Amino acid sequence: MKKCLTTLHLVSGYLLIALFFSANVSLARGTYQTNDEFLAQSFEQSIPAPKMVWLTGDRKQTVKNILNHDYPNLRIRYWQNAAISAWILDEIGKEHPITVGIVVKDGAIQQIRVLAFRESRGDEIRHAFFTRQFEQLSLTDNDQLNQKIDGISGATLSVRAMQRLATLALFLDSETR
Amino acid sequence: MNLRIASFQPLALSLLVTASQPCIADDTPSQTDMWEIIQQQQTEIEALKGSDSTGGNTGQASQTSHTSIGGYGELHYNNLEDNDGARKKELDFHRFVLFFGHEFSDHIRFFSELELEHSIAGDGQKGEIELEQAFLEFDINQNLRARAGIFLIPVGILNETHEPNTFYGVERNPVEKNIVPATWWAGGAELAGSFGQGFSYNIGLHEGLNTSAANQYTVRKGRQKTSKADVHDLAATGRIKWAGIAGLELAASLQYQEDMTQGNDSQAGNAVLFETHAVFDRGPFGLRVLYAQWNLDGDGPEAVGADEQNGFYIEPSYKINASLGIFARYNQWDNQAGNSSDSEKSQIDIGLNYWPHPDVVLKVDLQKQDYDSGTGELEGFNLGIGYQF
Repeated sequence: MKKCLTTLHLVSGYLLIALFFSANVSLARGTYQTNDEFLAQSFEQSIPAPKMVWLTGDRKQTVKNILNHDYPNLRIRYWQNAAISAWILDEIGKEHPITVGIVVKDGAIQQIRVLAFRESRGDEIRHAFFTRQFEQLSLTDNDQLNQKIDGISGATLSVRAMQRLATLALFLDSETR
Repeated sequence: MNLRIASFQPLALSLLVTASQPCIADDTPSQTDMWEIIQQQQTEIEALKGSDSTGGNTGQASQTSHTSIGGYGELHYNNLEDNDGARKKELDFHRFVLFFGHEFSDHIRFFSELELEHSIAGDGQKGEIELEQAFLEFDINQNLRARAGIFLIPVGILNETHEPNTFYGVERNPVEKNIVPATWWAGGAELAGSFGQGFSYNIGLHEGLNTSAANQYTVRKGRQKTSKADVHDLAATGRIKWAGIAGLELAASLQYQEDMTQGNDSQAGNAVLFETHAVFDRGPFGLRVLYAQWNLDGDGPEAVGADEQNGFYIEPSYKINASLGIFARYNQWDNQAGNSSDSEKSQIDIGLNYWPHPDVVLKVDLQKQDYDSGTGELEGFNLGIGYQF
């Protein structure tokens, strides 16, 4: 047992030293899918030209109610054809923004993906076992998701950020149809 | 008369147009000028369409600032009575915490947590200011990150996630407090990675504990808090976690330290911490179970029974609705489990959390302790409010 633990000690030390020597080389981003890849996957034929939805008046207030804060921009870009709309949205979980791609079809979520995760914990939300829960969810009359999402221990804030963005995409899709 | 007027109309109009032409020519851009203006405007429109900062989101951290601020806090009221009838009535702003984070680039970021405990810090005061987190994080690749600085040790349930609205009970559970010992942070470096569907791991090298025979080798009193910490003997910590089903987390941590007294006690020996836990949330039902054990190898800890220090708790809970939840918890721990002395302690908690907002919580619980020693047992109730942002 002691030998095993000493080995753990040495291995961790070696890894960390190697890390410091490698820290100055080019580092890859914590990005799981680029925006272009997400859009290409969402729109099989051709990606439509982006449109803008302005956050003004009642729409702005509803967005604030969904997020519990103002959206940091005055307008939101989206991509839409006759069948689906695609949204790439940012929301902070605890300290840093999480980028999520959402596809809405017929008023329900068809697909949701974490494109970039920048928080220190909680990246389990990117896995399919979690994102599958969102598929086919729609909005209730009072702009809530129509089913409860089972969370992930230690990722409470990331889970809630994703729920807010899913709600926001569904609401904005209804506004632009 | 009408004919005469009509015959003059073309002439009058002609004169009017002729007279006004120089004036129009002076104030109105030419067609060429107009075309240039239109082109300039179109260029600006295209620039706006492609701009991150003017309103169109790009999905690339389009927040207006790369620096973020957050925090949490909790106020506690304890109304407890011990075996001798002495009553503790205390109001304490237990924790006031601010987070500061900054994103230097897409792959380098900073996290920090600055905490004021018990409202006032300084000479003769009951509180203290603590820097519990301050680390840089580097993305190595999609599934591997490196951290260096002060970070929370990856052990237990509450040590890394302890915002008051995320757990039941006014006070943090005594098992993680006395055995893990939460909140436990240290200076060093670690790798955090993930693989497969829901597996993640941490492996780190950091400052160790520095306890002593005078403290009966109690692990909690060995935290150095990266304050001119003695690092003659570093500690290595590893954790493997699986969260491959929504609502379920299974994890195990292992830590090794060659000498928990940093070479100050030849009888101390090495120390190993093993901790494992499960968290399960499905619908309204919740369950948390944790077990932790320290093994201290030296003759010194063995002489006072501190060669084994262990504890466990089990906490079922039920959410009546999105705003109200109830829980019960049984805690048992022993910092001198290595001998036959009456050192085992247990505590039962029952209570509820009310969330008027997901980030705001009101808490109440009943507490009853049972110590083998028969002294120091506290019984009564606690109230608390907490928030995070």
